[in-house]
Amino acid sequence: MQKILIIGATSAIAEATARLYAAEGAKLYLIARNDERLQLLAGDLKVRGASSVETALLDVNDIAAHQGVLDRACASLGSFDIVLLAHGTLGDQKRCEEEVDAALQELQTNAVSTIALLTTLANMMEKQSSGTIAVISSVAGDRGRPSNYVYGTAKAAVTTFCEGLRARMHKHGVQVLTIKPGMVDTPMTEGMDLPKLLLARPEMIAADIIKAVRKKKDTLYTPLPWKFVMAGIIHLPERIFKQLNL
Amino acid sequence: MKMHGWGRYPEVDAEVFTPQTKREVQELLGRLQGQGVTPRGLGRSYGDSSLGDRMLSTRWMNHLLSFDPESGVLYAEAAVSLQEILQTFVPKGWFLPVTPGTQFVTVGGAIASDVHGKNHHVAGCFCDHVEYLDLITGPDTILRCSPVENPELFHATCGGMGLTGIVYAAAIRLKPVTSAYIDQTTHKASNLREILELFAVHEAEPYSVAWIDCISTGSSLGRSLLMTGDHTRQEKLTVKAGSGLSLPVDMPSALLNRHTIRAFNTLYYHRIRERVVRSHTHYGPFFYPLDSIGDWNRMYGGNGFTQYQFVVPKAAGYPAMKAILETIAGSGKGSFLAVLKAFGKQNRNLLSFPMEGYTLALDFKIEPELFPLLDRLDSMVLDYGGRIYLTKDARMSEATFRRCYPVWEQFQAIREANGLKGRFTSLQSKRTGLD
Repeated sequence: MQKILIIGATSAIAEATARLYAAEGAKLYLIARNDERLQLLAGDLKVRGASSVETALLDVNDIAAHQGVLDRACASLGSFDIVLLAHGTLGDQKRCEEEVDAALQELQTNAVSTIALLTTLANMMEKQSSGTIAVISSVAGDRGRPSNYVYGTAKAAVTTFCEGLRARMHKHGVQVLTIKPGMVDTPMTEGMDLPKLLLARPEMIAADIIKAVRKKKDTLYTPLPWKFVMAGIIHLPERIFKQLNL
Repeated sequence: MKMHGWGRYPEVDAEVFTPQTKREVQELLGRLQGQGVTPRGLGRSYGDSSLGDRMLSTRWMNHLLSFDPESGVLYAEAAVSLQEILQTFVPKGWFLPVTPGTQFVTVGGAIASDVHGKNHHVAGCFCDHVEYLDLITGPDTILRCSPVENPELFHATCGGMGLTGIVYAAAIRLKPVTSAYIDQTTHKASNLREILELFAVHEAEPYSVAWIDCISTGSSLGRSLLMTGDHTRQEKLTVKAGSGLSLPVDMPSALLNRHTIRAFNTLYYHRIRERVVRSHTHYGPFFYPLDSIGDWNRMYGGNGFTQYQFVVPKAAGYPAMKAILETIAGSGKGSFLAVLKAFGKQNRNLLSFPMEGYTLALDFKIEPELFPLLDRLDSMVLDYGGRIYLTKDARMSEATFRRCYPVWEQFQAIREANGLKGRFTSLQSKRTGLD
């Protein structure tokens, strides 16, 4: 029976992933900010077959609280087989351009808090010398685009951090998986005018994540076509790229 | 943003809200201060029932709340889809008590349409298996409704097209099964009279539905294939993944014309050689043959399509079906996806569609000449004492609606008494004179 910790558990991708693990009878420890939604998810996972579900409230930007929450999660589960970091905000790029505080807040939530959590978690996982750390980054971190470069900057930091961490943890038998979803159908994107054919359902992303964890992959582009889309975007010469409004 | 129903006609520019909890729904209703909002689930009603200027997408309130393995009662948030229920509960030996022809609908949508399936003649509608539902009627009110608690609101909400509030959650009684497979029998009927007789002969079969050819005329008028079935009695409770096939672009609508459809219908009818053929099939292809082709609604081209589904009372029977089929076949506009079914007794839900008799559903691609034909069909259906299904409708007139659902005044009185009129609305409710 897998012991799984999920931070940012009420995000659409995390929920879908937790549901698949629950159906396999996993033991889950869920951390999120909104208690109402956290309790709904916990109930849902029990009905689906999770052997146990514990929850804890945390605002990831309250960095002083990290160690205590993670210690309690570890004590409850015994050890971590899989840790999934899925928290994040899709900030308002326009506001980030106008207000310094908004831009810094975006970096705080999507990069600084993640790096802080990973630092604490890595030390815990290093001791147990097993398990997987799966982190939701984004294709947005692959290249700075005018439409979301502040968010992209944060995700680039997470991707780079994970790269280094992977090499460090490899020696200790711990897998570090960087997950780069493309556009996903979530409450955040549903109200936007986006081409519906490009939106992947969270359940598809979740199935890909579970497969990548099982196969001990390093980086996952999901759905797969984004791997090739991003390869194209990364290799566009800057003099052309800067003229595009991506 | 641009929104449409499953038929992709009509299309509207709407503001879409995506609350994630019942509290967020109530906060939203408070902010809207009585401006009308249209509930929307997975958008599988065909016409304009889920369309409006302000749409409330319930999709993210999709959690299972509890399940009692003794009674089989599942209590779930209303945006849980029927697919989700089957995937979770078939392996545990439970099945939906009633299911429509797609599993991509929400529990809330199934209640709002009081959907029916191949077992209507023995099991009734979806809402006949709802123990209770929790209805958000305003910023401060959630009402539990059941046949004994707030019964008026319950019977208005079941089949009420979302016009009585937001169904937040519901408790439904699942039915025990020992297999995910179905023993199916296909019977061939060479005309309308034969197929109606076959329905009568097989009325004890748990599931029955017929594919009917709506193009052939003369002695072949109404030639059909009746499919009956029941859950296999063997232990194999597996869920299967979808085919992954889908239609990524609109097909040119000229591809569907009377010649291609006639050819398809002839091939499909003669696919079965003997009068009776038995087979063994997974519940997926039996109940949801079209679900395996994603976005099949693009087949009718960029202008979209509408599905016309009517029912005529059993007493009107053969002559009524014959006259209506002759009109459809004569127009040459019928499509190959036409379905015939014998309904059982009608329930107490005010705007619920089924009544004891025969129902026919068929698709028409949208084109200007279509609307006069449908108006003519409306008047025939009404003269025989029948009605038209709101869930499929995109065009019936206010006068037609009132004759289809003569208890509409009672429905309206319940909405008014509970302060729901105007607060929950849709393009359809405006067109049919309810708002």
